[in-house]
Amino acid sequence: MSTAINHSSSIGLDLQTIVVLTVEGLDEFVARLRALGYEVMGPTLRDGAIVPGPVNSSKDLPRGVHDLQSPGSYRVMREDDGEIFGWAVGPGSWKNEYFPPSQVMWRSEIVGDTLVFRQPDRSHALLAIVGARPCDVAALRILDHVLEEGVHRDSRYSERRDSNFIAVVECASPADTCFCASMKSGPGIDEDFDVALTELNDELGHRFIARIGSPRGADVLSSVSTRPANELDLEARALLLETASRAMSRSLPFDEVANLLARNVEHPRWLDVAERCLSCGNCTSVCPTCFCSDVHDTTDTSGAIERRRTWSSCFDLEHSYLHGGSVHESSSSRYRQWMTHKLSTWWDQFDSTGCVGCGRCIVWCPVGIDITEEVAAIAAHDQARVAVPSRPGAS
Amino acid sequence: MSDATVPIPRPTLAVWKFASCDGCQLSLLDCEDELLTLAKAVRIAHFTEMTRASTLGPYDISLVEGSITTAEDVERIKVVRANSRFLVTIGACAATGGVQALRNFAPPGEFAGMVYAHPEYLDSLDTSTPISAHVRVDYELHGCPIDREQLLEVLLAFLAGRRPVIASYSVCQECKARGTVCLLVSRAVPCLGPVTRAGCGALCPSIDRGCFGCFGPSDSANCDALATRLKGLGTSESSVARLFGTFNTAAPGFAEQAQAVRVNVAIADTRHRTPEEPRP
Ligand code: SF4
Ligand code: SF4
Ligand code: SF4
Ligand code: SF4
Repeated sequence: MSTAINHSSSIGLDLQTIVVLTVEGLDEFVARLRALGYEVMGPTLRDGAIVPGPVNSSKDLPRGVHDLQSPGSYRVMREDDGEIFGWAVGPGSWKNEYFPPSQVMWRSEIVGDTLVFRQPDRSHALLAIVGARPCDVAALRILDHVLEEGVHRDSRYSERRDSNFIAVVECASPADTCFCASMKSGPGIDEDFDVALTELNDELGHRFIARIGSPRGADVLSSVSTRPANELDLEARALLLETASRAMSRSLPFDEVANLLARNVEHPRWLDVAERCLSCGNCTSVCPTCFCSDVHDTTDTSGAIERRRTWSSCFDLEHSYLHGGSVHESSSSRYRQWMTHKLSTWWDQFDSTGCVGCGRCIVWCPVGIDITEEVAAIAAHDQARVAVPSRPGAS
Repeated sequence: MSDATVPIPRPTLAVWKFASCDGCQLSLLDCEDELLTLAKAVRIAHFTEMTRASTLGPYDISLVEGSITTAEDVERIKVVRANSRFLVTIGACAATGGVQALRNFAPPGEFAGMVYAHPEYLDSLDTSTPISAHVRVDYELHGCPIDREQLLEVLLAFLAGRRPVIASYSVCQECKARGTVCLLVSRAVPCLGPVTRAGCGALCPSIDRGCFGCFGPSDSANCDALATRLKGLGTSESSVARLFGTFNTAAPGFAEQAQAVRVNVAIADTRHRTPEEPRP
């Protein structure tokens, strides 16, 4: 990661140092980021859900807010435990900050005899996220690979992403719909962050363990009141992560699912799920790794043209429209496209899973279709046992 | 413009009204800022909401509002079609028959009898049908009323000879794009967004009420599944039917749900009636 912000050389903290900060320390942390010129965003409570929003101080974070999530249902409730990160991911993902739902690529107009192309103003404040979850960071790593590391680098994505500051917060309170443990993307995290926090709220007090993932992280933490972490802090963290992993009732067979779906492209379950699926596209919209987009030009009466990129979804007929019609005419083929892409063909295309187990698609599906349940149903009646090479689990 | 320039004739635009409330054609007048520029690009040849002046056809583009509800309408729409190069219908009435298509599912005269003191003065058909049931339609704009941005887009696309950029997916995707927290998932509010065509920008959910489907079914709506879900969340069967049975009550997909309760109520009536009770 590169940065345009001039971080002073760190004083005393190196990458191995683990420190502890208090709630006041968290405030100092946010203030320090702001003083450095970052636009700080984080989880905020809005309209009955925890969604990404501006964070001017730790008071903007969802203190004492917890959630109850199940397929097709989401509720928040308040408790007076003062916990700030006692919730699992809500409907909004950080994808929107880097890859917005709608974006002008360029505009052209006729000036005199020439056609003049203009880019919209692409300058923006540098982004610091305080309170991304491990699955969010894993999803951004997947998007990096798709949008930055291919042949056609998405410069708009990179501009925002390469300069960002990520303070991730490990998960102590997975929702009933989370399955990051089985997707190897949570509830703890060991890389791809500037600072990783773990919130502890026990007899030793309400505090945050902070690990440093980059020189920038070290720099920011250096100017915040901290104390070195001790054995008790570290034991509490280990216990918390283990409990969180165990609390997850849902899972996907990480090593087998790609192959399982590849050999079950014909399966009665695809028709079964099509009966329930609304083709509404909520799942692809909330999924932190779905990256499909559409590009359209519009004109006005003066000859000016605007090219805009907007999100698109494989649940839309337009998504697979070729000359003469859509490839994915049926609801079953659209659902199959979504699920096999996330869990199977993503491996062929990008050499990774396309799912981090955040559970958003389960919760925000209006009819509560559960990707883990659909996989289980297919696995229960495996139609063929032919291994497909190049995927994990292929022997 | 220099004297030597031969002016290119502007395409002519005509606006026609059938059974409707005029709200959609008024969207054209609503395009305040853009209307003047538009008026330079097209010649408004027939638009009675704007001017009494009218020129004879044929017309390059006709905007047709309203549904077909009289024998005279049936003939008039054919004349409009024959005189129009492009025929674009505007609004729910023209696309699916409108709220007046409720009568399609009732015994002839039932609604008229409820509304008018002297229904015998009426001379209308037993059904309200979309324009596309009578003539070939080049493009349909949905909504009750239509979205003025979409109307402008269709006209600009026509002028540039390109395909209009108008989505046919669900309202939910507009909800997600603008960051509205789903009312159905977070509060069990009955919402038709998942099966309704985008276009309004997810207006209703953004002001805290469920979508009532005024843009009609999206291109791949599964209304059965949504109805089942809404009932499962505690919305009564008749409320679900009512939700589907408004502006697009006769649209395929919505119609089955809107009528489901009529059928079920009839069945329930038979079931609960004791032999002595008279039939309603
Ligand atoms: S597929 Fe579902 S669970 Fe997996 S990353 Fe996407 S939204 Fe999360
Ligand atoms: S699942 Fe569908 S919308 Fe998501 S990235 Fe794949 S094809 Fe695109
Ligand atoms: S799986 Fe659920 S969220 Fe996705 S398109 Fe189907 S009904 Fe909508
Ligand atoms: S509020 Fe309605 S339109 Fe919006 S996402 Fe939820 S179900 Fe869809």
